[in-house]
Amino acid sequence: MKIIKTSIGRRSFIKRTTLAGGGIMLSFNWLTSCDMTPNQVKSLPKEWFKINGFLKIGENGLITIMSPNPEIGQNIKTSMPMIVAEELDANWDDVIVEQAPLDTSIFKRQIAGGSQSIRQGWNSLRMAGATAKAMLVAAAAQTWGVSKNEITTSNGELFHKASGKKSGFGSMASLASKMDIPKEVFLKEISDFKIIGTSRKNVDGSKIITGKPLYGLDYSVDEMLIAMIVHPPAFGMQFKSMNTSKIKNMPGIKDVFSIKTQLQDYSKQWCDIDSFNEIAVIVGETTWQVMKAKKELQVEWEVAPEKTEKVQGWSGEFTNTIPEGLENTSDHMKMMASMDNKKTQIVRQDGNPGAMFKKAAKIIERTYTCPYLAHNTMEPMNFFADVTDENAILVGPIQTPEAMEKSVSSRLKMPLEKIDIQMTRMGGGFGRRLYGHFLTEAAVISKTMKSPIKLIYTREDDITQGTYRPTYRATYRAALDEKNNLIAFHVKAGGIPESPLAANRFPAGAVDHYLAESWELKSNISVGAFRAPRSNFIAGAEQSFLDEVAEIAKKDPIQFRLDLLQKAKENPVGKNNDYDASRYAGVLELVREKSNWVNPPEGIHRGVSAYFCHNSYVANVLDIKIQNGNPIVDKIYCTVDCGIVVNPDAARNLSEGGLIDGIGHALYSSMSFKDGRPEQQNFDTYRLIRHSEAPKKIQVDFVKNDIAPTGLGEPTFPPVIGALANALYRASGRRYYNQPFITDKQIVG
Amino acid sequence: MEEFQLNVNGKNIEVKVDPNTPILWVLRDKLKLVGTKFGCGIAQCGACTIHLNGAAVRSCQLPISSVGKNKVTTIEGLSENGNHPVQKAWLEHDVPQCGYCQSGQIMSATALLEVNPNPSDDEIDSAMNGNICRCGTYTRIKAAIKTASKS
Repeated sequence: MKIIKTSIGRRSFIKRTTLAGGGIMLSFNWLTSCDMTPNQVKSLPKEWFKINGFLKIGENGLITIMSPNPEIGQNIKTSMPMIVAEELDANWDDVIVEQAPLDTSIFKRQIAGGSQSIRQGWNSLRMAGATAKAMLVAAAAQTWGVSKNEITTSNGELFHKASGKKSGFGSMASLASKMDIPKEVFLKEISDFKIIGTSRKNVDGSKIITGKPLYGLDYSVDEMLIAMIVHPPAFGMQFKSMNTSKIKNMPGIKDVFSIKTQLQDYSKQWCDIDSFNEIAVIVGETTWQVMKAKKELQVEWEVAPEKTEKVQGWSGEFTNTIPEGLENTSDHMKMMASMDNKKTQIVRQDGNPGAMFKKAAKIIERTYTCPYLAHNTMEPMNFFADVTDENAILVGPIQTPEAMEKSVSSRLKMPLEKIDIQMTRMGGGFGRRLYGHFLTEAAVISKTMKSPIKLIYTREDDITQGTYRPTYRATYRAALDEKNNLIAFHVKAGGIPESPLAANRFPAGAVDHYLAESWELKSNISVGAFRAPRSNFIAGAEQSFLDEVAEIAKKDPIQFRLDLLQKAKENPVGKNNDYDASRYAGVLELVREKSNWVNPPEGIHRGVSAYFCHNSYVANVLDIKIQNGNPIVDKIYCTVDCGIVVNPDAARNLSEGGLIDGIGHALYSSMSFKDGRPEQQNFDTYRLIRHSEAPKKIQVDFVKNDIAPTGLGEPTFPPVIGALANALYRASGRRYYNQPFITDKQIVG
Repeated sequence: MEEFQLNVNGKNIEVKVDPNTPILWVLRDKLKLVGTKFGCGIAQCGACTIHLNGAAVRSCQLPISSVGKNKVTTIEGLSENGNHPVQKAWLEHDVPQCGYCQSGQIMSATALLEVNPNPSDDEIDSAMNGNICRCGTYTRIKAAIKTASKS
């Protein structure tokens, strides 16, 4: 057993009488309503004893564990409590899970982002369970008059072997809650895990399949009004005026006005994207009444001038300039292509790539592009707000509740402690709900109306609002000598408005002469993190390029990568390489074995890829077969090294989703602009992958090791795009450089 | 505003609304049956799928004035305790990720199995193609439909 000092904040142990300060949670307790099996409902305890901020135990042995982080479909609402339950030695059948309130004095980093919930929660969740167990043991030792060291725990029970005494956790809970908080606790050996590493069902599963209210859009209170917005139809435009006379008297309409999401001179946090600061608002009694009025509202828009905004960066405040203009995708493509011949910023250089390219026997140069993407969470942006002079209660789907609390505080000029943000289950995140302008808007609308309101975006509002995955371009060059050895590598990548380059990532470190260049172009089209930011493009580009280099060098694509990784392992070039070459090679070797790479089935065309991001390693072999002239993704073999896997079946589900998501966006999805106006406004024009286009089979295998867990929500998305492009090439004889690979005008072959 | 008599999940209900109101918003706003989801509003994503006399329809494009005496079933009325074979298969395969689209997926799947108890892969694809799952649970949905078709 590993002994560690407890470092949970003291507040975790304050015996609080209610979950949130004051009584404001009470009328909203449906959100924290528990996820219980019918047997658990029958046996609800008479009293709960709070052991620490993460858990409470009833006198009958039922245990409530708080799930600290926002749930967007990554299933942490099940896996985070599993970690607490493991160290507590609880019986999982006795566990009820509650969504924790926002309280970062107890729960650190209550964010859904960067695939970091499990990785960064790992120690504190284990410690919460272990300290609670230690307090139960201390209570039993005192009750039985024996030494703590003689007491063992298992499956929700305490034992004293010598005397034969035993007790359920419930009987000791009252005394345990009064015990001193241990200064040190024992953590389990990985090999002693009984819950972690076993598959447990989604704790919200029964509610989801019976349609229970779980999501922000489902939330309501009596007398709540519905609000909708109208934002400018194009980037580069702003609100000028509106004629409300036609709709003010429509049935159910309460008011029509404009609001500013943020005040002038506000210093923005990173999560404060507002593509359009001033927007029109319609408030009414029912959704349909407001939707009807929204269609009739006449708003006059005008071209926006260049504007500056203050932004809080990692190294202090800076001023950001947003250019004027009505932009076009065709111009974007030309502007990005023009960067090929311009001098750009050198981010990393090893050796003398210039000289090596001069003496190369062969130079391979290829360019890759991808379009803007909209997140398209199935649940459109929405938020409930009830803002009074006393306080602000905000309920809904948000990945960054802590940061948005600060934004709302600043916008409403209300102290932080009077703002209560409650997290609902989210109908998808993918990064979109890191940026909570809709939450601030809801607060401003409620304050204006002096009424509880729910703000709802239509799909069109959502898809045309911005916060997109940026458009990127990358040009790769490889130099081969006469013996087809890779002697130099050059990547020049950029985008609007940010570069996708990760200069210290493979194959940096594996090539003696290496050059990485980066560039960025300004735009007024707003962007945000989209599942596996930057990696979601650069992985596919790099892995397609390596495949082509391997082919020209007449090498097996897996062996080609493994040889490079061997060099990075034995004799790495440079010091800042951000990956572990052994683990990288590990997933490739495992996928080679699992897919029986050397003997593909008849009629199957295969592509391979591997990538490292969000602290995890993923490799894919993707099989395509041609059916009636159409490429069908027959099977994907996916191997993942994300350290210890907490909930294997849920982890497989999340990985399958990442693969399907990656394939879908690479094949079909695109956001384009004409005079600043998004050309896709809903799912009739914006294509998302559908049932018939999904892979027929997916096999996910995890590397078994004892490394503390790393990211999983994002890492399976980026590399599969490379495997897809490489398999499509083998099926069709054609390389795919520009996403989306399939458009209406273009078919495979 | 007009008064309408509806049969929703086996109960007779009266509501007074604008006759153009899509049944989706009657269910969600008036009857507080929020299991039926709003996704796109133009019958392209399937999140709002309900049954009209057992057939899958998109409730966001169905005005209340066209419902008449047809029986409306929502996810809440599909079974007593979530024990419809399709719902049980969904739990067995632990299908949902975010879960938002799943009530629509389940309503489409149950309507399919009603008319075709043993669908082929292609038949599942064509019946389910109108239901988008943004999280990508498609392979699990298909597996769950096959499990349900065996029971």
